[in-house]
Amino acid sequence: MKYIDEYRDGELARKIAARIAAETDPARRYSFMEFCGGHTHAISRYGIGELLPPGVRMIHGPGCPVCVLPIGRIDQAIALALERGVIVCTYGDTMRVPASNGLSLTRAKARGGDIRMVYSASDALDIAGRHPDREVVFFAIGFETTTPPTALAVRSAQARGLDNFSVLCCHVLTPPAITHILASPEVRDHGSVPIDGFIGPAHVSIVIGSEPYVQFAEAYRKPVVIAGFEPLDVMQAILMLVRQVNDGRCEVENEFARAVTAHGNQTAQAVVSQVFELRTSFEWRGLGEVPCSALRVRPAYARHDAETRYGLRYRPVADNKACECGAILRGVKQPTDCKVFGTVCTPENPLGSCMVSSEGACAAHYSYGRFKDIAVVAA
Amino acid sequence: MSGSVRKGYVRPLDLRHGQVDMGHGAGGRASAQLVEELFVAAFDNPWLRQGNDQAGFDVGAGRMVMATDAHVVSPLFFPGGDIGCLSVHGTVNDVAMAGARPLYLAASFILEEGFPLADLKRIVDSMARAAREAGVAIVTGDTKVVERGKGDGVFITTTGVGVVPPGICIDGAAARPGDAIVLSGSIGEHGVAIMSKRESLDFDTEILSDTAALNGLVAQMLAAMPRVRVLRDPTRGGLATTLNEIARQSGVGMRIEESAIVVAPQVDAACEFLGLDPLYVANEGKLVAICGADDVAALLAAMRAHPLGRQAAQIGSVTDDPHGFVQMRTRFGGRRVVDWLSGEQLPRIC
Repeated sequence: MKYIDEYRDGELARKIAARIAAETDPARRYSFMEFCGGHTHAISRYGIGELLPPGVRMIHGPGCPVCVLPIGRIDQAIALALERGVIVCTYGDTMRVPASNGLSLTRAKARGGDIRMVYSASDALDIAGRHPDREVVFFAIGFETTTPPTALAVRSAQARGLDNFSVLCCHVLTPPAITHILASPEVRDHGSVPIDGFIGPAHVSIVIGSEPYVQFAEAYRKPVVIAGFEPLDVMQAILMLVRQVNDGRCEVENEFARAVTAHGNQTAQAVVSQVFELRTSFEWRGLGEVPCSALRVRPAYARHDAETRYGLRYRPVADNKACECGAILRGVKQPTDCKVFGTVCTPENPLGSCMVSSEGACAAHYSYGRFKDIAVVAA
Repeated sequence: MSGSVRKGYVRPLDLRHGQVDMGHGAGGRASAQLVEELFVAAFDNPWLRQGNDQAGFDVGAGRMVMATDAHVVSPLFFPGGDIGCLSVHGTVNDVAMAGARPLYLAASFILEEGFPLADLKRIVDSMARAAREAGVAIVTGDTKVVERGKGDGVFITTTGVGVVPPGICIDGAAARPGDAIVLSGSIGEHGVAIMSKRESLDFDTEILSDTAALNGLVAQMLAAMPRVRVLRDPTRGGLATTLNEIARQSGVGMRIEESAIVVAPQVDAACEFLGLDPLYVANEGKLVAICGADDVAALLAAMRAHPLGRQAAQIGSVTDDPHGFVQMRTRFGGRRVVDWLSGEQLPRIC
């Protein structure tokens, strides 16, 4: 596959790994947080951790939109389907996330809720067009990557007069989440989560550009390297971070130059600000209330805002007491630190969201890496 | 009045424009007509022509094998096949995976009221063709009809029996550390072919399902290498699930090489944009074989000499691992576990 296979070349990987090993200072440790779930997945799937020297450690951040989606929001979607007879359209990843009362969207579907998996917001719009007699709600989750398509769907619904279509907007923003982590006591004061730099998200950056990260780099003195999703992208970014740390630099560098520019996709940004506005605060699973970190539909499009249309109230729901997702999402703990990891909490029976989404730190480690926790006798 | 008997006229089934109705499942004249004009006509063998509710055949000495499969595939007709041939291949293959020679199939149909007879004929003809090519006879069957809305067109269950040649001992629990793991060809085709026709996806592709009867290939393999220990076809859940099943049954681990597993470029690309891992995508015309390390060269030669085994290759080895991990060395050079399929394969969103 063009533009993909080249970035999965094992030979090049070994060369980059050798350079990383050569350039890391044996006297110090390097801890980098990959913010984005797609990177967590790539690191696990390709076994990148194994190619890094022992002094370099990756910390999994909260950039998995399914993982940070609070139970209360899924409850809202389930209620729309089961109590209001709405056709709820959702991305596949959200279907299995455990919500209240032992339900998930998949289980609510088994109970008779009309819940349909779609690949994009426009699929949901098509469903609304085909069923003018039914109400259709698109469960809009995701970071800045999926927000522009949702905005376009809302605008299109308005233009076509598709009054039966609305979105349940749970779109969240990347920069405020990074700030929240950097400003957290563990990172700032205690140093118990040492973060030497960030691998910046790939697709989010295509939309927002590399500009927005400059403020963290300067204010918190942490280097940021934006990386693509292929394993060579990630390794190259790690090398660039190691060099910044060695040089004492705190810059924003762009490894994903083939897709990311300084100012990003301004057309997309314009569509988003036309349809959405900032919420003052939004609850993130694991991070608590984060100010100015999420979007809601503007009053001009209120007809297509599910919260307004159905008078939805948000009720926060606490996580299972044994669940350590919150700490894991902030990089404070690792999956293996959680008492229920791999025992009660598995991909088949997930207690928390880190285990449900394949990009969650726990699912990634369980699926791809848990053999490292146990000594394996070679044949 | 003359005593002559007037010949009755039974209007033949309207196979072009007719539909299944509740009468066809009632067990009366309409049922009999459906069986005779459609099923018996297509499958055509001495057992069916006898018109009994069961088929009798002699059982030789030795070991018999029986397998059954229900087929609920949607859509009914997909690139490379249909529910008909799939239902024959599926059960023939299950029997063949015991090293047995498949002999007879039973086929039961649950039809939905309103299902077009033209489609049913297409399916039945496809089954007949698949059975002939595989050298099996469909000797008995059953038909039921459910009301409109209570069935998805047609569901087919096939059951098959076969006989194991002497000296062949194949069992999922027989893999031993040091054994070679062999895969007969490229993976992921069936699942992707099906997905390409699913309602909300509908993408253009030339990928055809690989659905095929594997008993010919198996016979050739066992003739050249009777010491094969394990055979299994990686259907639902894909290659990954099959390897994990065998590892668990045998109480062993496995180490495989990603670079040794063949994935057609189109399948690779489709999986890439759908967010699927080819290791977990269903196959219907491939098999996994495990044999001693000393026997693998002869086995591979026999497989590559057969049309369904041209791309056969050793993909790894069995290891001594009490935890039963299937580990894979990625093309990239790192190591990862290839775990059981968890839930249904759902693609990522970003």
